[in-house]
Amino acid sequence: MAELKEELKGKIIEVLNLEDVAVEDIQDDDALFGDGLGLDSIDALELIVLMDKEYGIKLSDPKQGKSIFQSVQTMADYIAANRTK
Amino acid sequence: MKKTAYINGIGAVTAQGVWSERLLADATELQQSIAPVQHPSYKEMISPAMVRRMSNGIKMGIYASQQALDEAEIAMPDAIVAGTGLGCLEDSEKFLRNVLDNDEQFLTPTAFIQSTHNTVASQIALRLQCKAYNFTYVHRSVSFESALLDALLQLQSGKATHILAGASDEISDHTYSLLQQIGYIKQDGIQESVKNSTSVGVNYSEGAVFFGLSTNKMAHTYAEIVDVRIQNDVNQVQLKDFVALFLQENNVAIEEVDALILGINGDIESDQYYTHLLADFDAVPTVYYKHLIGQFDSSSAFGLAVASQLLKHQELPKQLFWQEQERKNFRYVLLYNQFKGKDHSLVLLRAC
Repeated sequence: MAELKEELKGKIIEVLNLEDVAVEDIQDDDALFGDGLGLDSIDALELIVLMDKEYGIKLSDPKQGKSIFQSVQTMADYIAANRTK
Repeated sequence: MKKTAYINGIGAVTAQGVWSERLLADATELQQSIAPVQHPSYKEMISPAMVRRMSNGIKMGIYASQQALDEAEIAMPDAIVAGTGLGCLEDSEKFLRNVLDNDEQFLTPTAFIQSTHNTVASQIALRLQCKAYNFTYVHRSVSFESALLDALLQLQSGKATHILAGASDEISDHTYSLLQQIGYIKQDGIQESVKNSTSVGVNYSEGAVFFGLSTNKMAHTYAEIVDVRIQNDVNQVQLKDFVALFLQENNVAIEEVDALILGINGDIESDQYYTHLLADFDAVPTVYYKHLIGQFDSSSAFGLAVASQLLKHQELPKQLFWQEQERKNFRYVLLYNQFKGKDHSLVLLRAC
């Protein structure tokens, strides 16, 4: 799980082009949206595509997103339980 | 009655750095076939949340536009008019590469949203919260002049008082490698000055140049825009009449043109047009500028900045003169640009 979380942080930084953020700067429980990393709705779409492309997870219900994208920890938990690749 | 359009502010991001009083004096001729701009720090001007998604063309455009607005003391323009030859190439390439690499799956929104040609003008508007007229012209080498003509007509007709007009084009690896393969860009390793070029192709670059235009004259106004003319096709025989008619329509005699600013770029075939025209202006000081900022579709916008500087200060650094002639008072300046014999443009400026 620790490895997955590190990998996820790296991918989030790369995909969202978070220029001044390093993997070490993101804590597992930091909020991704709002006060945490300050991501927005376009980033949410990028994360949905990332889940599909990298882990084979298709999010069909948008309501799921709110809980899945709370933090790196919640994303990693969901990926670990649902990944197809 | 026709109102007068003044150039009150200039902003630019170029291969020589950003627009400043010293930019032309400190500039040196580009030595490489593809020269990127010298980027300023954008963080003071654009929020980190926005800047991380922006390609170079957008960042350059925002920086140059804010410089121009600041100098022209325009808080909110009545219109934003931009030109671009190839648009936001970086994001276009990124999006298309994703389409190919991922078999049309997993297409992310950011590159697509920002791949459109009007991204620069719209991002400027979003940042300013400017809901006024917003238009982008995409006409290869007359993209900027098309935007300028639109702005001029709006100012002269009284439809607008303050307009932000300019252009932006950015380098992207794949497109520029194709331009190099077809000979538009000089091959790597060929080191010729624009003045002594013996080959086709030019040194390419990228950049953004914007102007704060207004019907109000200010203490620091650069110049007045008299007229703009665009024509797609002009052969070398027709060129003299094309220029003569333009001047005649503006009641300016050839002898009254105090300086000629040309888009000479070092492509020996393309530059024949300028040589041809110079035969009629052999006693006129002639200025060139693409040896300093490179060729890109909207690079002629920088020519307007150079012309503005000349009329405001009545002098230019020596390295800008193609042909130096004694001249004490610069009143009318004529700009002429074309690319490979197409997309001819004329701009006439008058000192204030």
